[in-house]
Amino acid sequence: MSLTEKTAHELSDLLRKKEVKAAEVLDGAFARIRAVDPSIRAFLTLMEETARKQAAAADERIARGQAGPLTGIPVALKDNLCTRGTRTTCASKILGNFVPPYDATVVSALDKAGAVFVGKTNLDEFAMGSSTENSAFQVTRNPWDKERIPGGSSGGSAAAVAADMCAAALGSDTGGSIRQPAACCGIVGLKPTYGRVSRYGLVAFASSLDQIGPLAKDVRDAALILDAIAGKDPADSTSADVPVPSHAAALTGDVRGLRIGIPKEYFLEGMDAEVEKAVRDAVEVLRRLGADVREVSLPHTPYAVAVYYILATSEASSNLARFDGVKYAYRAGRPSDLLDMYMKSRAEGFGAEVKRRIMLGTYALSAGYYDAYYRKGQQVRTLIKQDFDRAFETVDVIVTPTAPTPAFKIGEKTADPLQMYLSDIFTISVNLAGVPGLSLPCGFSSGSLPIGLQFLAKAFDEPTLLRAAHAYEQASEWHKRKPPAAGEGAKA
Amino acid sequence: MNAGSKYEAVIGLEVHAQLLTESKNFCGCANRFGAPPNTQTCPVCLGLPGVLPVLNRKAVEYIVKTGLAFHSKIAPESRFARKNYFYPDLPKGYQISQYESPVCEGGRVEIVVDGEVRNVLLHRIHLEEDAGKNIHEGSADVSRVDLNRAGVPLMEIVSEPELRTPEEAVAYLKKVRNTLRYLNVCDGNMEEGSFRCDANVSIRPAGSDALGTKAEIKNVNSFRFVKQAIACEVERQIAVVEEGGRVVQETRLFDSARGVTVSMRSKEEAHDYRYFPEPDLVPLVLDRAQVEAWARELPELPDAKRERFAREYGLSEYDAAFLSEERAAADYFEETVRLSGQPKAAANWIMGDLTRFLNEAGGEIAASPVTPERLAGMLDLVENGTISGKIAKAVFEEMFKSGKDAAGVVKEKGLVQVSDAGEIERVVEQVLADNPNELAAYRGGKEKLFGFFVGQVMKKSGGKANPAKVNEILKAKLQPPG
Repeated sequence: MSLTEKTAHELSDLLRKKEVKAAEVLDGAFARIRAVDPSIRAFLTLMEETARKQAAAADERIARGQAGPLTGIPVALKDNLCTRGTRTTCASKILGNFVPPYDATVVSALDKAGAVFVGKTNLDEFAMGSSTENSAFQVTRNPWDKERIPGGSSGGSAAAVAADMCAAALGSDTGGSIRQPAACCGIVGLKPTYGRVSRYGLVAFASSLDQIGPLAKDVRDAALILDAIAGKDPADSTSADVPVPSHAAALTGDVRGLRIGIPKEYFLEGMDAEVEKAVRDAVEVLRRLGADVREVSLPHTPYAVAVYYILATSEASSNLARFDGVKYAYRAGRPSDLLDMYMKSRAEGFGAEVKRRIMLGTYALSAGYYDAYYRKGQQVRTLIKQDFDRAFETVDVIVTPTAPTPAFKIGEKTADPLQMYLSDIFTISVNLAGVPGLSLPCGFSSGSLPIGLQFLAKAFDEPTLLRAAHAYEQASEWHKRKPPAAGEGAKA
Repeated sequence: MNAGSKYEAVIGLEVHAQLLTESKNFCGCANRFGAPPNTQTCPVCLGLPGVLPVLNRKAVEYIVKTGLAFHSKIAPESRFARKNYFYPDLPKGYQISQYESPVCEGGRVEIVVDGEVRNVLLHRIHLEEDAGKNIHEGSADVSRVDLNRAGVPLMEIVSEPELRTPEEAVAYLKKVRNTLRYLNVCDGNMEEGSFRCDANVSIRPAGSDALGTKAEIKNVNSFRFVKQAIACEVERQIAVVEEGGRVVQETRLFDSARGVTVSMRSKEEAHDYRYFPEPDLVPLVLDRAQVEAWARELPELPDAKRERFAREYGLSEYDAAFLSEERAAADYFEETVRLSGQPKAAANWIMGDLTRFLNEAGGEIAASPVTPERLAGMLDLVENGTISGKIAKAVFEEMFKSGKDAAGVVKEKGLVQVSDAGEIERVVEQVLADNPNELAAYRGGKEKLFGFFVGQVMKKSGGKANPAKVNEILKAKLQPPG
């Protein structure tokens, strides 16, 4: 197996045993990126100079015997995470060549842990989308089938990890944007509990739903990254002051007696048969491992997509107001007056989906509509949260499909936003409830496309979530499969 | 019957008070007036992408103390909200404010107008952030933005529409400002904009309970302008109604040069601020014990101080009110009393000569060249007879102008009072010798002339003769000889 195919913890073992150097690992990653990314198009910006320095520092640290599990590990960052001195675009024209004078808290945390940043990855503009087709710059291809989408909005991060261009990546998840692309690309994606990870430096889409998390090659890597980025941040008032346990230590492989709930609302008449079979087979595996599987109900599930598209767009309409052409980033040329400058800059700078959501959210918050939309949405959000509270009184973990179908074709849903929104039907409730969710591969379609399995747990119970996912992963081989497209080009 | 008395005005005031915190409301930048443009800024108050606000606990303490001083109900849990609108001085495109649940609800402000005490009810007090400033100087087609003020903590104090006259409005504003200064939470500087006022004004038939359509007059930046702006707006609305028209809901600006209000935007043009709960901040939860601790830290406030001055120092209601109105004057008074033990004399000098000289010089009492220590020193000289009350006037003026102490002025100008009987006798004898006709008249029964002799003696002594001694000696010498 080449270095680039290895997981972070495998690389870390080799690095700490001094069998390889961080600089060599990085050389491999960049060779792989140069070979594969021209056809995958996962990266918007490469950070080679930064990465070289970080790798050199990692090697020194390893030599001093002070390496942590992420020291020297090549990691990609979704391009809505601010990086000091490196442009941060959100895949939007409106940010132009914005170069943040600060690092996101998660970026500092990974840097401190010794990770090596290979580059910034593509996304749907401002993380709004489920296919990464809404990027203003490029369409990222699914490494399993280049005619298909990698999922979104963290599609660049998912494709980069799946195609072995980095060991792991960070993404952000507002309604499924880590888990759905992880499912599409056959890797592990974790959305932590709301408040578990600081949002400082994440360019906001919907502040009450956004959460940063890892995309990784296996559950252990996801746990190691969570260990590095979790915790209270004084710069984010909404980050939780809840002690951070060792998530890597929670991976015991033992799920005997673990109560696993299967929500009946997630298995609908007419759902994709291959997805349903893969998920039900996975549940059987868990049962055989000793889990106590039972049915649960999340009765307000049918309202989740509607509630999400009211609340998320409302917050987005306000969060994106700062892109007004006044201070930084894109300003339209030759405006006739102030209003004209606002209107032209925003009309030219934002893409169609972002504008659609700003308009939806502006409408939902407007005088006369607020009660019927925003307030009602918040009320239903509470009901959805209560569904989960009730379900978690009787089970420890909930298992569902991550997405209703495997990755769809590029262009297939761009003309129909509602169809596109339904890609997140199984992931959205989780953000509304604030609980943690993880996707990992549980099979392949007849077309050799990965199928995702979603694990959910109660707030701040990532240890149980990861333990269950890890136990399943240990009992399966799906995560070891490599996409055929990834085999092209030079193997380092 | 004139048109005015058929109507009464209904006035509600919104005060925006900048809090005297060291740092801004949601970031660590300095809260300081007058720095070069955009030097008191950071990614948070510049509204850069991805940054988040963190609430300044000192600002919370200040607004809670203000609420306690005005007898408001302090909410155990309140929320921040976003007020959305586009303007270049508003970097995030929204202002973090409070909407559905403010920190303080209700409350009252006691005012005295024409000797009558009134309690003006408050609607609410909430915490928000200030915007920056647009600067339109220089080139006609370029505007600049200074964000030093963006994010400065701002407290909005909203009264119920309970005020009826411009005089009441000014009394209310003064009371609010003085109380904030007592609390040391706002410097109350209207010129620099740290204390700003919007007035909601409507009229209705006298005696009616209904509320008329209001106009909001924005940013009136002095007490005098508040009075003028309200008066002329009331007049304007009466004229509109008298001419058969209807007052429309709108925002107006006071043009102080012309003494009129002018329309700024109508209700139709009004912003829809699309308020919603600020998702980047958790609800503000106030611990009861903390609020009680802050309550114990409150200083003595104007009303309590006024009562105590009357009781403890035997001052008249008027004097007690005058001296307790502003904390600086009250502190000055009490310090002078502490050093001199003469409350009535201290009150008279502060309210009389000191206030007059300060007004003429345009100075603040806290920076008076005559300090409480020096005033007390002068009062001592009067009490122990070193100088007369009359001489003291001249001494005080010299102290104010030169910054010297009383003893120094008295010594330098040779103003020590003459109490030596021999010296006074000599002057008296001289005066009697110089005025034989008057002396004869007095002795003939025209006793009114006593004052004339006193005046002559004082004049001859250059005002330095001890008046009591002069009286005593004159009386003796005026007796017919023999």
